[in-house]
Amino acid sequence: MRVRVPEEGPHRATYMRVEHRLLALAFGGIPLAMAQTNNSVENMFKPVSTPAQHIVDVSILVLAICAVIFLIVGGLLAYTLVRYRRRSVTDEHEPAQVYGSNQIEIAWTVLPIIVVLVLTMATARVISAIQNRANPADALQVTVVGHQWWWEFRYPGLGIVTANELHVPASTATIQKLTFLKLQSADVAHSFWVPRLAGKTDVIPGRVNTMWLEPKQTGTYLGNCAEYCGTQHANMLLRVIVHTPEEFEQWAAQQKTAAVVDPQVQNGRALFLSLSCVNCHTVSGTTAAGTFGPDLSHLMGRETLASGAIPNGVTNLRSWIQDPQAIKPGNLMPNMQLNDKELDQVVAYLGSLK
Amino acid sequence: MATADYPLEQPHRATKEFSLPSVLHEWIVTVDHKKLGIMYIVASLFFFVVAGLMAAVMRAQLAIPNNTLVPPEVFNRLFTMHGTSMVFLVGMPFLAGLANYLVPLMIGARDMAFPRLNAFGFWIFLFGGCLLYFSYIAGEGLAGHGSAPDVGWFAYSPLTERAFSRGSSTDYWTLSILVAGIGSLASAINVIATVFTMRAKGMTLLRMPLFVWLLLVVSGMILIVMPPLSAAQIMLLLDRYLGAHFFDTQAGGSAVLWQHFFWIFGHPEVYVLILPGFACASEIIPVFSRKPMFGRAAMIGATVSIAFLSLGVWAHHMFAVGMSARSNMFFAASTMMVGVPTGIKIFNWLGTMYGGKIRFDTPMLWCIGFLFQFLIAGLTGVMLAVAPFDWQLTDSYFVVAHFHYVLLGGLLFTYFGAIYYWFPKATGRMLSEKLGKWHFWLLVIGFHLTFDTLHFPGLLGMPRRIYTYPTGRGWDTLNLVASIGVVFQAAAILCFVWNIVQALRKGKEAGDDPWDAWTLEWATTSPPPEYNFVTIPEIRSSRPLWDRKHPEDPDWKYE
Amino acid sequence: MSSIATTPNIEWKMPDRGRVGVICLITTETALFTIFVVAYLFYIGKSLTGPYPKDVLEFPVWATIALLSSSLTVFMAEHSVKHGRMGAFKLWLGVTILLGAEFLRQTGIEWYQLIEHDHLTITTNLFGTTFYSLVGLHASHVTIGLILLLLTFLISLGGGMKSQARRFEFLSWYWHFVDAIWIVVFTVVYIVGR
Repeated sequence: MRVRVPEEGPHRATYMRVEHRLLALAFGGIPLAMAQTNNSVENMFKPVSTPAQHIVDVSILVLAICAVIFLIVGGLLAYTLVRYRRRSVTDEHEPAQVYGSNQIEIAWTVLPIIVVLVLTMATARVISAIQNRANPADALQVTVVGHQWWWEFRYPGLGIVTANELHVPASTATIQKLTFLKLQSADVAHSFWVPRLAGKTDVIPGRVNTMWLEPKQTGTYLGNCAEYCGTQHANMLLRVIVHTPEEFEQWAAQQKTAAVVDPQVQNGRALFLSLSCVNCHTVSGTTAAGTFGPDLSHLMGRETLASGAIPNGVTNLRSWIQDPQAIKPGNLMPNMQLNDKELDQVVAYLGSLK
Repeated sequence: MATADYPLEQPHRATKEFSLPSVLHEWIVTVDHKKLGIMYIVASLFFFVVAGLMAAVMRAQLAIPNNTLVPPEVFNRLFTMHGTSMVFLVGMPFLAGLANYLVPLMIGARDMAFPRLNAFGFWIFLFGGCLLYFSYIAGEGLAGHGSAPDVGWFAYSPLTERAFSRGSSTDYWTLSILVAGIGSLASAINVIATVFTMRAKGMTLLRMPLFVWLLLVVSGMILIVMPPLSAAQIMLLLDRYLGAHFFDTQAGGSAVLWQHFFWIFGHPEVYVLILPGFACASEIIPVFSRKPMFGRAAMIGATVSIAFLSLGVWAHHMFAVGMSARSNMFFAASTMMVGVPTGIKIFNWLGTMYGGKIRFDTPMLWCIGFLFQFLIAGLTGVMLAVAPFDWQLTDSYFVVAHFHYVLLGGLLFTYFGAIYYWFPKATGRMLSEKLGKWHFWLLVIGFHLTFDTLHFPGLLGMPRRIYTYPTGRGWDTLNLVASIGVVFQAAAILCFVWNIVQALRKGKEAGDDPWDAWTLEWATTSPPPEYNFVTIPEIRSSRPLWDRKHPEDPDWKYE
Repeated sequence: MSSIATTPNIEWKMPDRGRVGVICLITTETALFTIFVVAYLFYIGKSLTGPYPKDVLEFPVWATIALLSSSLTVFMAEHSVKHGRMGAFKLWLGVTILLGAEFLRQTGIEWYQLIEHDHLTITTNLFGTTFYSLVGLHASHVTIGLILLLLTFLISLGGGMKSQARRFEFLSWYWHFVDAIWIVVFTVVYIVGR
């Protein structure tokens, strides 16, 4: 078993922080500054999960080395240009013709090799820490299925299926809570990327990839599909909602229940079940069992519609069903050509699915 | 001096009457390497402007969040066509053009080894280019879907399979690149045969100009790396037309195999594109520093080792596909190793300038811009080689910024340097230094506004290839600044075009050797006669014209 | 230094450009075949449905003998034309063409069997996909070689080959290359792949 490096471990925290600050000035200044003004900015240099933290650790080292190289070589270049400029246009005298020097060549071959060795070792260590992490029995297991252009999240251990918003528990000081993702695709290649939680991993048809998260801080973290996957690649957004373990239990318990049956929207329910909506969508406890589109059993529990394209709410839901192509052109949901009355009924029904 | 088999004067030139059909006819049927070289470069610049305009439209769309200037399908076609054009219809023909024009002149040959194959290569490339753009008209196919290809320039499967890409847009991408690739192969074979069999007396391999060396290595690489792409494209065609299953994931085909095949081509291709830039810099920097290339042998060695290493790094484009930890470590290490010979090159250029008397004429300005920008591009490349860092950066705007730093900040700058340097040779006219400096500084400002800025949205989670983005994620200002940079870049290109037009109309006479340079092409007239040299000088060192200009202190004494 | 005296008298001989060109062509063709061979190896045993190679493939013994011996006959043809023995040249060239054609005929029979009796087409499974592609790519190269040999034969009938010995050498290299590729294809498809 590999020992987990605590995010704020005393042995490494101090020197990292100093370098952080230096590099914030030297390189990451703009994003760090902007990150302070808006909390939906997903800065990879502000990790809240162990794999993302590992990446930042090695990135800071790389940035520092690169900054030093840039200063040395760039400085030498600038010095040479100034020092050895032709000082007079009339100066036709040729400078001393130097053809090379073996000693110097060897020196500037060996030095970079040493840098490469250092970087390779640092890289290998982090690759191993992230990729060789064992999947413990008590970790939350989630199957992520990429679709054109939305995300399906299945929790096989909990019997939950949801879409576009991944809910996971946070690790606390006392309980370590890991989430292991099994990534699969229903159609073309996608990529799962939530910068503050982990690096990206591709979601490829005919192949099962894995990655893991260990969030340390509750909140909502945004991400995107990061592999071009067709027309609406841009609107294949992701959000990961990190709960405290207790909140997560409550969320899971709520999701496990069958969809609400509200007698007030009986007409809408009947209409929905009679339409071809059911070919693609599932509502638990009904005959709607399609899997081509997102599961709607607890639709109104989600923050967004159409994989993050618009905020969730009855008005937006109505415009979405009325003309999906106007909101997310090219997406695979057809316009059902409902009249106003039908639309109201279906929206009322779906709006009841808390 | 030996007597020439060729007339000393060029009477036929003076007496030939000027009429458009006859000029057109002359250019269309020509097998002269210089005419073909110019045609390659003009075609390349044409596609450069077209693909550049596409980039401008994309930047306009991304200038503000939730923009609706272009719909998603159109945007996806734009970036596909922009990338495909820039690599295959701009980078490749420009290098072929330079090689065609300069290699025979530099080694003292009177033409390429296979002049007709050369003409064939050009015309089939041009056909490929036109075919790609014809897709805008005919891409709908019988299915009534699509127009231009919209699968991205690396066309990852299975997005390219029939199930996800109906119509024939993807087939236009496949066929046109397949065809243009044949042109590249023809020109590569030609360069190799020319270099090995047509060098002037005394021009041993080690005395060849570095430019020729680098183009030789590039041509060798083309021979080995173009076929993987062609093979993968043939397989894709078989999938799409005969129902084969190479990349059909429904029938057990592998999406990752396409990625391997593509990048076995694709990564060395980056070096195929950038090495000619190095080649130009290696000619220009010594001349304007008034010193020979520092460590010539090391430069050649570094080039050859870059070529070999580049064949073993392709999967660094695939760190996120879920390879084993061991593979990731191997490709991270091999990729970083490429930094070593690349570093040697930068140090050697530095060593060349050190102790020289640097002249800041326009060609040299471009090379200085190149040195600084390529240094940064190399360093961001090292960051991308660190696989864990790459898991964050790959497919983000950081990568977009990185490779534009390589191809625009590195390659395009050296190519502009090359144009300013060799334009007088090819036309007999000087480009204006004043306009040249406007061109340079506008492009520097525009380039840095756009591409320095674009690194940061990548660090903030902005993926590439998105046609729009929501507000509030810290991307808005950065994208706006990047888009403003395009205005400066466009102004720079206008200066360049105007400079060329003006120079052709009333540019200053160049004379044979305006830069006081040392390689053979400056020994003949500007523009050179069809047979290149009246008498081919005897070569005794790597700087034959230095020897001629400094008989008291020739290079061959030191070789 | 006495370089002034020695340099002008150096021997200056360059290789034949045709040879360099053909070597380049063969290099690039090798790279092309390599990718198809890799794809074949990669997909061995990955077909989701039958028929599988061990059920349907038989060793193409006669085809292999025909093609490999044609390498020998083309060598004899090259040898003859170099020494100006045009009669022998035509004979050996003719035999080479017959052997090449026999190889193609055998491939045709094999494909007919596979398609008609075993119902294996390029769409059937990954084995069909990779098999027809790799063997087909090779067969298309044999076809091209055969066409060139036939043209040469026609030219030699008209007496036009007498001064072209050097050029025939390039064609013969290409034919040897196609033979060598067959050894690889045979190994991969009929030995490793079974």
